Amino acid sequence: MANEVIFHSIHQPESWKLANYLAVGGYDALKKVLAEKMTPEAIIEQVKLSALRGRGGAGFPTGLKWSFMPKNYPGDKYLVCNSDEGEPGTFKDRDIIRFNPHQLIEGMIIGGYTLGAKAGYNYIHGEIWEAYERFEEALDEARAAGLLGKNILGTGWDFDIHAHHGFGAYVCGEETALLESIEGKKGQPRFKPPFPASFGLYGKPTTINNTETLASIPYIVKHGGQKFLDLGKPNNGGTKIFSVSGHVENPGNFEIAMGTPFSELLAMAGGVKGGRKLKAVIPGGSSVPVVPAEIMMDLTMDYDSIAKAGSYLGAGSVIVMDDTVCMVRALERLSYFYFEESCGQCTPCREGTGWLYRVVHRIEHGQGRPEDMDLLESVAGNIMGRTICALGDAAAMPVQGMLKHFRHEFEHHIQHKKCMV
Amino acid sequence: MLSPESLKKIDREIAKYPSGQQQSAVMSALRIAQDEKGWLAPETIEFVAGYLGMPAIAAHEVATFYNMYDLQPVGKYKITVCTNLPCTLMGAESAVDYLHRKLGIGLGETTPDGKFTLKEGECMGACGDGPLALVNNKKICAKLTPEAIDAILAEME
Repeated sequence: MANEVIFHSIHQPESWKLANYLAVGGYDALKKVLAEKMTPEAIIEQVKLSALRGRGGAGFPTGLKWSFMPKNYPGDKYLVCNSDEGEPGTFKDRDIIRFNPHQLIEGMIIGGYTLGAKAGYNYIHGEIWEAYERFEEALDEARAAGLLGKNILGTGWDFDIHAHHGFGAYVCGEETALLESIEGKKGQPRFKPPFPASFGLYGKPTTINNTETLASIPYIVKHGGQKFLDLGKPNNGGTKIFSVSGHVENPGNFEIAMGTPFSELLAMAGGVKGGRKLKAVIPGGSSVPVVPAEIMMDLTMDYDSIAKAGSYLGAGSVIVMDDTVCMVRALERLSYFYFEESCGQCTPCREGTGWLYRVVHRIEHGQGRPEDMDLLESVAGNIMGRTICALGDAAAMPVQGMLKHFRHEFEHHIQHKKCMV
Repeated sequence: MLSPESLKKIDREIAKYPSGQQQSAVMSALRIAQDEKGWLAPETIEFVAGYLGMPAIAAHEVATFYNMYDLQPVGKYKITVCTNLPCTLMGAESAVDYLHRKLGIGLGETTPDGKFTLKEGECMGACGDGPLALVNNKKICAKLTPEAIDAILAEME
């Protein structure tokens, strides 16, 4: 596709090799930063101008996040890349690492320079071992070429990056749980404040960015923030990688401009599988409220448009469901996931996710009670906003979304002890 | 307790972190130990803790928190099938049924000859290739049709 920021070269053979990345202008942005001795302020200014927002799901402006790091801190600082991609429906970071690891490494090196970091860590999801190995190989290539490690490009500046391999814990995608995990502990989120910019990895100032966010940085530095912004729409700069899964003919990743109509994205994914009718879409990963087809078909794919429809763009993880899907069964599976993955630290989440799962499970299995609808609303409402991290909200929002838009299916299950689909 | 090769790999992990922070290598060290031993017995976890100079209970916390560590013996081939929503929409239930029929075991079980363990997994971050399975924590097998499953099983000796 035209104007791809990250996937521009991934269809080339061995696109992950350093020589092939260099052949398409790779590491030009890093060379520019070092040759022109760009100031951190000037880089942050371009990132702000680009309207790049965090691609991990929260959509927080990246330039603003970078500006929170203390400038004259006397000790070590760290940059952490969050590649712990475990949100059901999300699989873009795996492809960035597999097919364009050097662009991520370049983005991390520029990030490390801008933030004054001593080292960077890339936390890679446990289940994608092959991506972890490929990233390690890319780091070795970059070190051997003098692009990483000691005395980068002869400037006397040292910065190294290391890969940290996760081992199966969804909650570690939460940034402070991820820091605990790098420190060699169980991944339980920390109270905020203090925020990682003041107390992060090993208690040092730390910035955590998503893989796709950091891989966008070289383009912004090379071409200027304005050009990246112009690829998307105001307040939603750039392109975005959308992961499309579920009932489509051609599931996969599609890097398209922010603000592209959903209908176009669906067409790129080959349309609904078997020519069936679209029922609903979860537009941003399993944690965000479901959107019925008739609303979804009128939306554009950007943070602001999806938010207006009462959901979230999240990590751009689009789960497509056709008219054969039972929403009670779908919610049962999602609720089981949050119950299974709750770290157990906060009572509302630890206990509430179990309640949500058990109640949806009994509705699905013909044992629902009329009062269960209120019970689900009550449990979800009592988790929301009452936990240290967002996993609690992530468990509650799918329930709320399903009850808002597909309440009749749940009521039918309870009344008739069977599915209406 | 662990082979020199495993210890060398663990040392390489320790070197990634600042001095004094060798506990950061515990996740990798447990993974390396599991690769060598097949599973993590309590004494293996305690050996790793001792090697990294951390309390045994802290290593036990890590081993019991992350769900890819096996705290019981598993088959030579551990097949973890994702059954989360995207994979289910794309046919995970049929894949589990087919594996169940072929291997004669259900989720969470190991064949009597110790060759296969079947496990239910959560999102592996590769939903576009669903339905998915992960073999021995390392290899993702994509688009699990009956033919694809047959091909994978045929390779496992």
